Order: sequence, then structure tokens, then C-alpha cells
Amino acid sequence: MYQEVILDHYKNPHGRGLRDGDAEVHHVNPTCGDEITLRVKYDGATIEDVSYEGQGCSISQASASVLNELLVGKDLSDARKIQETFLELMQSKGKLEPDDAMEEILEDAVAFAGVSKYPARVKCALLSWMAWKDATAQALGEADAERKTTA
Amino acid sequence: MTQLPGLLDAEALRKDFPILDRQVHDGKKLVYLDNAATSQTPRQVIDVLDEYYEQHNANVHRGVHVLAEEATALYEGARDKVAEFINAPSRNEVIFTKNASESLNLVANMLGWADEPYRVDSETEIVITEMEHHSNIVPWQLLAQRTGAKLKWFGLTDDGRLDLSNIDQVITEKTKIVSFVLVSNILGTQNPVEAIVRRAQEVGALVCVDASQAAPHMPLDVQALQADFVAFTGHKMCGPTGIGVLWGRQELLEDLPPFLGGGEMIETVSMHSSTYAPAPHKFEAGTPPIAQAVGLGAAIDYLNSIGMDKIFAHEHALTEYAVKRLLEVPDLRIIGPTTAEERGAAISFTLGDIHPHDVGQVLDEQGIAVRVGHHCARPVCLRYGIPATTRASFYLYSTPTEIDALVDGLEHVRNFFG
Repeated sequence: MYQEVILDHYKNPHGRGLRDGDAEVHHVNPTCGDEITLRVKYDGATIEDVSYEGQGCSISQASASVLNELLVGKDLSDARKIQETFLELMQSKGKLEPDDAMEEILEDAVAFAGVSKYPARVKCALLSWMAWKDATAQALGEADAERKTTA
Repeated sequence: MTQLPGLLDAEALRKDFPILDRQVHDGKKLVYLDNAATSQTPRQVIDVLDEYYEQHNANVHRGVHVLAEEATALYEGARDKVAEFINAPSRNEVIFTKNASESLNLVANMLGWADEPYRVDSETEIVITEMEHHSNIVPWQLLAQRTGAKLKWFGLTDDGRLDLSNIDQVITEKTKIVSFVLVSNILGTQNPVEAIVRRAQEVGALVCVDASQAAPHMPLDVQALQADFVAFTGHKMCGPTGIGVLWGRQELLEDLPPFLGGGEMIETVSMHSSTYAPAPHKFEAGTPPIAQAVGLGAAIDYLNSIGMDKIFAHEHALTEYAVKRLLEVPDLRIIGPTTAEERGAAISFTLGDIHPHDVGQVLDEQGIAVRVGHHCARPVCLRYGIPATTRASFYLYSTPTEIDALVDGLEHVRNFFG
């Protein structure tokens, strides 16, 4: 499950650190104590920045780094597509072999396919993505903001 | 193989545990070091469970048929075995629950609904410690919130012991109950019962001991402890899950009110009111975990056939060896006592900046099962400024070879994330 790509992101994270944002959320993974504070900044429907601070395992921290790399600069609709595809991959219990189309959408995030075989670690990989979804809902004033803690 | 004085013939004992022959992750030999979470089950217990369901299964204390009588005799026989195992003055002091958490919640609720002199209310105080498992924190928080009682606790020293320096200020005339862990599941610390009991008795407070990590590993004598309640669970001592024990002093069990109502716990019932059966049945509403109690009885037979003093000596020798070997690993910090004295066989540690979940995962890939996280004792992690720990915990079938495998595994982890 520890692909080289994941270890790279863990050791050299992209975009780490908190910067200005339109909304901030704090999510925790109670099973292992991973934590992330994440801010989003929008320029209209474009993601101007996703900044974060956190502590936790290599999977949770690398996943936040990949998220930053993938989503910053994207349109919200494209970002949602990436988030949904990543969620689908992580919920596949290791049974989904990413095809070319999926790899094109997910880029480095495809490396997390192996994590989906480990139910205890899926939440680690999803922590920052759920935080982003929640922060986005808050930033855009959507009523159905996610719960603060990823279930 | 490393020879240490006091070791059992673990290789012979391991033959009793079919699961220890398992291979994981494409042929890796299982190294099971998560015994503080749950122990494995010997063939002798599995056979008794099978036989119960194949030959004797019925509900207890009700029917007049053969199976009901056999099931009742087996269930009550298990109570006798537990009573003898913990040196209880009377079998009627042994209450079966589903686990230690339920046992502790039961005590909290007995006191919450009790009349004087036991009643916990806004004028009184509850004392616990910072090293408790959540199961010995949350029930008391709930009781404090519901009654207005004040919850106080003993802090910890830097080396993982209870800080009793302010014992006279923590346990006062207002204290109604002091509940603490005998052996910590996260730090491994064995606590000084006598000092706490003496102070509690001075002020007339009741004492409840969480013996979940003690009952499986050392001789347990509730009379010597001088506690009022002792809680433990079956699945950490070679028994099945779903069965726990609360021992309580008979006069308390007679005085204190029931918590759960239902079948089995009554004497007579009318539509207006009921009277209750004597203890222990007063506290065992509904169909109990019958097969599980019988399985616990078989586990006690198994442990007795080895000898609790010998099991303790075995684990003590292993712990001494493990502490020495672990401290040889660069960047490894033991969270808890760094000697084997006054200590159980659960050892928590951190490894540099590598997150425990990564440590545990890479160990698992090598077939080594440890526990990672906050071990349901998050205040301990907060106290020592760490997010989580990795914990290796041993039992009667653990060997020095497995400790060597753990140390080699940790070297691999360091290289992997280094």
C-alpha cells in the first residue's frame, strides 16, 4: 500500500501550511487520531488555494498533499468530479482496478488504490477530502454542511 | 532461542492455540503481540463452547427439563470457578456482565440510584486517575453530569506512574467512590492499591478496581485487594468475548439498587411494583451470556492448569527482555515505566516521528500484530504530548523469539520511512 508516490508526498508535502481562506474546518479521524485543519479560498468557482495543517499517519498526510496538488487552480465542478472519483476508488475495497480514464482524473491519487483494501486506513486517506468538501460547502454557503468529524 | 529464567514452555503451550499456527500476508508467520486487546483462545475452551452448543444449550434458571438443568449447572458452575479464581468470600458476589465496561457502568449506576449512605450527589466527589481506560472515565463523567457530583483524578508522573503526592487533597471526606485501574492497558503500570485503599477507607469512600489487565496475567485476590468492587473481562484471559465479571462485597450488593430490570432479576412482579431476587441475580436481568460464561469457566480451568504465578513470572521475564531490546532501537521512546518492576506486559512506545499507524501497518506486512492508536486512553496521550502509540503486549504463549521479530520489524519500519 505504501507506493513510492505516497511516501514522496509524505516526505515532501505540497502546499502545507495555513494561508488565507474563505472557510476553515477541523476534522479528526477518531480511530487513529489523525487531524487536519483545512482552509479553502475561492475565486468565483475556481479554487484559488487549499491550505492545511495536520498531524497523522503517512496516508492521511500524503493524501492532503495530493489533494492540494490536484485541486488548486481547478474549477469547482472538475474538483467535485475528482473528489467523487477518489471516493469511489477508496470505497472499492481493493476490487477496482483504475482504468486509463480514472488515472487521467486522479493522477497521483491513483497511488492510493492499494489503501482501499485496508478498511482501517480508508478513513485516513479520505480525511482531507472530506474536510475539503465540508470547507467548500461552508465557503459557498451551502446549507448541507458536512458534520465536523468524518464518521 | 533466548533462555530467560521464569519462562514457561511456551512452545508446548502454543500447540493449544490453533490460531497461532496461522500464516498471514502470503506465508508470514503470525506474531501476535496484541494480547492486551484480546487474548487468543485455547482448544480446551473452544471444545467446551462446542460441547455446550452441541449437547447442553438451553436457557438458565427456568425450565425443568434436562437441558435447562444442565445449562443452569454449567452456568452456575462457571460462577463457582470465577469466585475461586479471585478468592471471593462468596459465589453470590460474582455478577456476570458482558464485559468490563458494563461492569464499571453497573457500579456507576448502582451508586447513582442508591440511597444514603452510598448516594452520589452534588455534595459528593468521584475520584479516578488520568491513566484510566475510557471505560473507567466515561461512566463516571456521566454519573457526575447527572448527579452534579464533582469528578477528580490523580495525575501521572513523567515516568508513567500515578502521582499520589496530593492523595489527601484528591481523596477527601466528600469522596464517595475511588475507581482506578490495577494495571494500565496503555502504560503497563501496576498501581499501588494499598496506599489508595488506605486513604479511601480513612474517609469512608468505596473502592472500585478495574482489573481487566490484571486478572489474565497475575494471581488476583479480591480479599487481599480490600476493594469493594472489582471488574474484569473474559476475552483477555483466554475466554470468549461477551462475558465480563463484576465482583462486589455482599453487603453492598444487598443494599444497592438494581440497574437493569427484566427477567431473572425479580422475586415477584405485579403491575404496580416488583421485588428483587438476591444478588447476584438482582444484577443479571435477561438471558445472560450462558455459553460465554461456561467458556470463561473453561478458560479459568486452563489458566489454573498452568498456574497464575507461573504466568506472571513468564510475562515478567518477557517484559524485562522486551524493555531491554526495545530500548536498543534508535529513536524509540517507551511511554510508561522503563523497567519491568511494578509493571504488566503491555509496552507502549513511539518511534521517532513515524506515526503509529504507519508503524503498525508495516509491522503487519511482516506478520506482526500490534495495537496502534490511543488505546481508549486518550488522556494519557494528551498527558505525554503524543498523538498515539504503538503497543506490544504479551501473554502466556509469547516468546523471546517474537520479541526479537518485533525489534527486527521496527528496524525495517525505520528504514522504510527513514
